[in-house]
Amino acid sequence: MYIRDTIAAVSTPPGNGGIGIIRVSGDLAAVVGNTVFKPVYDGGLVSHRFSFGTICDDANGETVDEAMAVYMRAPRSYTREDVLELHCHGGWLVVERVLALVLSCGVRLADPGEFTRRAFLNGRIDLIQAEAVMDIIASKSESALQLAQKQREGALSRRIEDVRGCLLRALALVEAYIDFPDDDLGETDVAAISSSVEDAQCIITGLLTTFEEGRITRDGVSVLIVGKPNVGKSSLLNRLLKENRAIVTHIPGTTRDIIEETVNFEGLSVRLLDTAGIRSTDDLVELEGISRALEKIPLADLVLAVFDSSCEFSPEDQLIFDALADSRTIAVLNKADLPMRLVLPDENRFVTMVRIAALSGDGIDLLRHTVCSHFLHSTASDSREFVALSKARHRDALISAEQFLQQFTCGLRDRNLELLALDLRDALQAVGTVTGQTATDEVLDLIFSSFCIGK
Amino acid sequence: MMTHDQIYDVIVVGAGHAGCEAALASSRMGCRTMLLTINLDAIALMSCNPSIGGLAKGHLVKEIDALGGEMAKNIDATGIQFRILNTKKGPAVRASRAQADKQLYRLRMKRVLEQQTNLDLKQGEVTSLYFEGNELHGVELQSGIRYHSKTVVVTTGTFMRGLIHIGLNNYPGGRAGDQPSIGLSDQLRVLGFAVGRLKTGTPARLDSRSIDFTKLEAQYGDEPPLPFSFSTDRITMPQIPCHIAYTNPRSHDIIRSGLDRSPLYSGIIEGVGPRYCPSIEDKVVRFPEKDRHQTFIEPEGLDTIEVYPSGMSTSLPIDIQVAFYRSIVGLEGVEIMRPAYAIEYDYVDPIQLHNSLETKMINNLYHAGQINGTSGYEEAAGQGLIAGINAALRVKGQDPLVLERSQAYIGVMIDDLVTLGTKEPYRMFTSRAEYRLLLREDNADLRLRDIGHRLGLVTEKEFDLFAEKRRMIKEELARIGVTRLVHSSDQLEVLSRHGLEDIQKGATLEQLLKRSDVSYSALAELDDVSRETPAVIRDQVEIQTKYKGYIDRQLEQIEQSKKMETTRIPVELDYISVKSLTTEVREKLSKNRPDTLGQASRIPGVTPAAISILSIALKSSSWKENAK
Repeated sequence: MYIRDTIAAVSTPPGNGGIGIIRVSGDLAAVVGNTVFKPVYDGGLVSHRFSFGTICDDANGETVDEAMAVYMRAPRSYTREDVLELHCHGGWLVVERVLALVLSCGVRLADPGEFTRRAFLNGRIDLIQAEAVMDIIASKSESALQLAQKQREGALSRRIEDVRGCLLRALALVEAYIDFPDDDLGETDVAAISSSVEDAQCIITGLLTTFEEGRITRDGVSVLIVGKPNVGKSSLLNRLLKENRAIVTHIPGTTRDIIEETVNFEGLSVRLLDTAGIRSTDDLVELEGISRALEKIPLADLVLAVFDSSCEFSPEDQLIFDALADSRTIAVLNKADLPMRLVLPDENRFVTMVRIAALSGDGIDLLRHTVCSHFLHSTASDSREFVALSKARHRDALISAEQFLQQFTCGLRDRNLELLALDLRDALQAVGTVTGQTATDEVLDLIFSSFCIGK
Repeated sequence: MMTHDQIYDVIVVGAGHAGCEAALASSRMGCRTMLLTINLDAIALMSCNPSIGGLAKGHLVKEIDALGGEMAKNIDATGIQFRILNTKKGPAVRASRAQADKQLYRLRMKRVLEQQTNLDLKQGEVTSLYFEGNELHGVELQSGIRYHSKTVVVTTGTFMRGLIHIGLNNYPGGRAGDQPSIGLSDQLRVLGFAVGRLKTGTPARLDSRSIDFTKLEAQYGDEPPLPFSFSTDRITMPQIPCHIAYTNPRSHDIIRSGLDRSPLYSGIIEGVGPRYCPSIEDKVVRFPEKDRHQTFIEPEGLDTIEVYPSGMSTSLPIDIQVAFYRSIVGLEGVEIMRPAYAIEYDYVDPIQLHNSLETKMINNLYHAGQINGTSGYEEAAGQGLIAGINAALRVKGQDPLVLERSQAYIGVMIDDLVTLGTKEPYRMFTSRAEYRLLLREDNADLRLRDIGHRLGLVTEKEFDLFAEKRRMIKEELARIGVTRLVHSSDQLEVLSRHGLEDIQKGATLEQLLKRSDVSYSALAELDDVSRETPAVIRDQVEIQTKYKGYIDRQLEQIEQSKKMETTRIPVELDYISVKSLTTEVREKLSKNRPDTLGQASRIPGVTPAAISILSIALKSSSWKENAK
């Protein structure tokens, strides 16, 4: 349960750093500040001003560290509560001691994410923004960070507001025709109602199509490397990683388990999975490795099927072909420095083909770029205006809104207005769950501002 | 001060539409009741439009009737034009409306009150509530008499500190021709109630002999006229038409030319007026692009030449009024019999009430009608009925009657009022009801008759009639669920005539009726029993079958919200002790003091986050300790 006691935590990452920040939020923040922090200049802590001083342990009169402190009085703070930040030296021991000192003032250690939760509960940010802050902290790539920053700034919230605005306008029209039959409103303006709904549907559909890209940007993608033994999968992995992560030998079947590494391709976070070579074998350990590789295939966002272009198509290549039936796959034709002897039976099965020479590194940049552009095909993601859904919760809410709007559209010509109103209200309700808002008197306000009503 | 020897159970202050229902309810429930009015000749007077019902208002009247109130019976006996509105739309938003013979309406209500046992009817102006210690014990009148009672229902309408405006002239009045009530609202203020000011208005009454009706379009009522009350067999009053007229650009120029002498635009009127019932100058100013506004010329009765031009209320000076009304086609030579005016009056913000309509501050004191910031006869009557019922239940030591939002428009209205308060005169709209498809006029009896009967407001004879209707609906619903088509040659012929060849043999009548292209009358051709079903039963069976999907969807929504609606917030909860609430939310909750979590969630500014905090706080016992 969330009681508004005062919480504190180290806000910088664990380990040694140049600076360590201890953040305190709650009614006791000022008390803590005045207890542990002794400013060089008299006058105590002034809200929203940094002051320089020392952190002292009154129990033994010992100076723990020299530090900067800033006190931010509610509501002008991150959590909308009184907040104190102590910026001390970044050694983990110093930071721990300062935290212990703070906690001894009757302050509780914060739970993970609790500062942001308080910011949300205190109404400073809406749900999307709260989630975005979490994303900013967890961002693994530049584009993920950008996306999260935009959501925090409210770009997605604004788009959702646009949807609500359209739906409210449509609902206000419907309600006006229902509640004011004797007023001089004329015939039901179906075109105006449906055009507002179409506008909303348009935005919703647009947002839904960004979900996949939003998710990819936020969470990154998994790329699985498969191929028969000794075609150069591990060499490829090392090339993509720019380091010697996998053991490379000329002995087929060297890689037995799956090797997993995360790299950044042009701002996209990619989880690379190198697998055991697929072939018929009696070796139990190798068999286990092969079955693990096969299991991974349907889970991967993209498969790199590596072939030795200097050999002819073999039954083992066929095995891989069969396993890849439903996957999005790029055919990687390795050993491009040798004469080309491979003829793939069904080239159309692949998204594309890239020729590389893993040993020399030729074609690797092209492959990186091909992987990236496969996911980030929209140029919009580069622009500042790009707004994407990145959470299943948002998507589910919008899908349910879309379903209600489809019902609405289907019934537009032959169903009664009050039934259409129910669809609109349910859609509004669903959209409202994204930002945590619900419609109240807004419909009536709109009716009275748009119609001259009253007998 | 002279003291009357009788100790009443219930004293009702004011005999308008709220007061009449309140007094009838409590006296019919066996409580010694007195109804006090400033003017015995103005009981149940229709101070504004001579009509009852309309969208959502008709729903209220049917609910009042189902609960055993009087309004529906009164309009059925005195109505001179009945219409069902929205007949082209679905059953949930169809509503009844009737023109009344204004004098007959008030006289009949007075007669009903006079004939009611347990009820005393007296003329007098209440100037203050009477307390013994901190306990409410009755009322004191200007004439110097004190009446004792256990409970008091205040229904003062527009009378408390009423101020009438015509142009820049203004004078105290509760209604044109009546004295205002002075003193009572000052006492309420002193007692600590937040008292505000509202404004409303009424058009001029015109001399119909000076109107050229040949230039106007007549609008007739339905034939046959359908009654409001579930107990009325048929309407026997003669029926007459209304007429439709329109303003024009010249009318609007005249209005504009008088704005400098409008009390509304010169800032003299401080009260807030209703947005849904704006004065004509308000319409012209706010919607300058409209070049005409519609008006219904409504008769005020069978026996009078006075007519009421709806939607044409104004507080402009009399010379502008004359010129304006005469600018309307058909009204070129019109004579004004009573001028239009605006009236400002005191109201007591209804967030200070429990949903029983008892004030939170003073036990045994109930408020109903315009004093709660509502407008409309039907809204007033609905509240009056509930206040009267709950005063009587208090006297009997029983729990109050609270109707849910999912149960009745009356429930929606009272919940809106006590949860949100109101800053402008509150009127009922169907869009305010989230469970609109369930709250229909046609099923008001199915929703509420049991309650009215249990309270003793519905007579045994009326209830037997209802019980029989309910039984027949149930039986017919069950029957069409199991009766299957056999595709006899007769049935095949009927199906093909209706273009329903695709209906499979063995389909139930219910499945058939669910289709949008099959009506109950088509069903009747297929099946002998259906042919004999009375019309009211047919309608119910058809509605309940056709809209089952939507009705179920709404029932599901009710189920989902039930947890919130039934989670009670203790009256003594100290919101300051719920530390995690923001100051803003704490202030709102402290001011509104909602009875349930559901109510709290409807207060603007109370975020879903605040509700989850509150719900957690309610579960833990810690708030009790913190509260100390």
